[in-house]
Amino acid sequence: MSRKPIIEVRGLRNSFGEQIVHEDLDLTVNRGEILGVVGGSGTGKSVLMRSIIGLQKPDAGEVEVLGENMIDRAEDEAKNIRRRWGILFQNGALFSTLTVAENVEVPIREYFPYLNPPLLDEIASYKIAMTGLPPDAGPKFPSELSGGMTKRAGLARALALDPELLFLDEPTSGLDPIAAAGFDELIRSLQQRLDLTVFLITHDLDSLYAICDRVAVLADRKVIAVGTIPELLALDHPWIQEYFNGPRGRAAADTAEEHVKA
Amino acid sequence: MPDHKRTADEGTEGATYRPTGALTITRAATTQREIDALPDPLTIDLSKVERMDTVGAWLIYRTERDRGAKVEGGGEIESSLVKQVAEYDVPVQVRPDQRPGYLRILTELGEWVAEAGTTFVGLLGFFGSTLIAFANLIRRPRRFRINAIVQRFDVVGVRALGIIGLMSFLIGIVVGQQGAVQLEQFGAEIYTINLIGRITVRELGVLMTAIMVAGRSGSAFAAQIGTMKLTEEIDAMRTIGVSPIEALVVPRMIAAVLMMPLLAFWAILMSLLGGGIFVWLDLGIPPLTYIQRLQEVIPMTDLWIGLIKAPVFGFIIALAGCFQGMLVEGTSEQVGQRTTTAVVQSIFLVIILDAVFAIFFTSIGWK
Repeated sequence: MSRKPIIEVRGLRNSFGEQIVHEDLDLTVNRGEILGVVGGSGTGKSVLMRSIIGLQKPDAGEVEVLGENMIDRAEDEAKNIRRRWGILFQNGALFSTLTVAENVEVPIREYFPYLNPPLLDEIASYKIAMTGLPPDAGPKFPSELSGGMTKRAGLARALALDPELLFLDEPTSGLDPIAAAGFDELIRSLQQRLDLTVFLITHDLDSLYAICDRVAVLADRKVIAVGTIPELLALDHPWIQEYFNGPRGRAAADTAEEHVKA
Repeated sequence: MPDHKRTADEGTEGATYRPTGALTITRAATTQREIDALPDPLTIDLSKVERMDTVGAWLIYRTERDRGAKVEGGGEIESSLVKQVAEYDVPVQVRPDQRPGYLRILTELGEWVAEAGTTFVGLLGFFGSTLIAFANLIRRPRRFRINAIVQRFDVVGVRALGIIGLMSFLIGIVVGQQGAVQLEQFGAEIYTINLIGRITVRELGVLMTAIMVAGRSGSAFAAQIGTMKLTEEIDAMRTIGVSPIEALVVPRMIAAVLMMPLLAFWAILMSLLGGGIFVWLDLGIPPLTYIQRLQEVIPMTDLWIGLIKAPVFGFIIALAGCFQGMLVEGTSEQVGQRTTTAVVQSIFLVIILDAVFAIFFTSIGWK
């Protein structure tokens, strides 16, 4: 049972008016891996994520998450599946009227209203500590947080229900390189410790090299290739070659190599 | 289906808690209740646990920490999970500090007064810098942004014609109808025309227009400028050397000041039309008589009063809207708050000024 793919997308088609974003797109995410999703601007990375988590109804195609079909599900059935994943939106999407701790408690309260408040607070506080936020971050409001802290708080909320599957939409965008590297490390260690599967949309080549097990490349309205970075490099697609062999791609590769040596 | 039955042995030397199946967040509330019900010294036997998540691990850990319970029988995964959550046990503050009630009330009152003070000073400052911008523009008329101003004319004035016309037409009917009901009791229906004529020309036409413009354009000013503040457009303007007051505030102000009298006049006409149709249909007074009668009962000063007030109201509305927009800082939530404040402030100021005007014009003999 556990070897069944955790996400399976087949024949997905998305369009906005005249503009077709995805056509006949297939993607499989295996349990326990970190899958990086890359692609140029406007290739529909976020749209793909939104279709998988059910925020965007595709024109056609099938989406299965955790072995369950996600399209046209009744709300109460979908809720049971939603409980098993966590999502970090690009800008954190923290609820601005709630403190960080309250943000983390929102999903727990929603699904488990009978937990007593002290235990709830304790759960929230270890989740906050787990994502590397300082101890005084709990009572702060989102407007008082820096970019990196907002992402960590968003991650703490995504992890609130101990999900099996984590969606991250450009988690390191807008962070300085040190914070970004720290965030990569955090994701890696949490993934190993909590046995997560991670669906990671990113533009950050360093993240790809540092933490992704496999990378899916979006171009020409579909996933043109999925594989480890060496496998992708062996392919002859111009976008892939330019992406990984451009100056930035090389620099990221060199850093990754040094890390391995050290 | 995992077996959820938990067993607990209570012997003379404390108890043993033996959870089975899943020890996860799904059963956290029950698990905690069960643990709390058992006496010390407690032993927790994890050998029957099939699945555990961090919440389950946390429950075990806190029992270990707080009650010195002994944990045994856990597999590798279970003990490593418990060890992991233990690492994250740092005193994280969850709730904001609570201060006593009277202190909070005092603080809030103090903050409110301070804010009212700074808002007032800020509004004066803003008024001043607007005047300076006007003065600069008059000295260098080439810098007038004719396009921006004309565009504002369209948005503030032309596009408001429909809604203001409809509103005024209906108000004319309502005033006529309510007046006729009361005046009929004295057999004085004919005075309905006096009522309609004088109240709409002197007061209601311009006041209702001001309220509509505040809701329509004052709020839009605050929201537009506020959003531009958030997206750093205003900062970009400043660094390029364009004065945001000249580029954004002055055109809106000119538009509001010039459009308000025109809209007010339009509103007056439409109210008179609505009232006229009502008295024609309901009281049987033909339109020609109605117009003649209006000419007799409305003194010219009434129209002047209405039209003098209009640009002043327009100025207040634009001032409050642009000022609140400029105050937006930080979050998008503020745009909403500031927009609301702009509308509330401008309507409030308009009504206060209207009262002042009413007393003033009466005392100079324009009755």
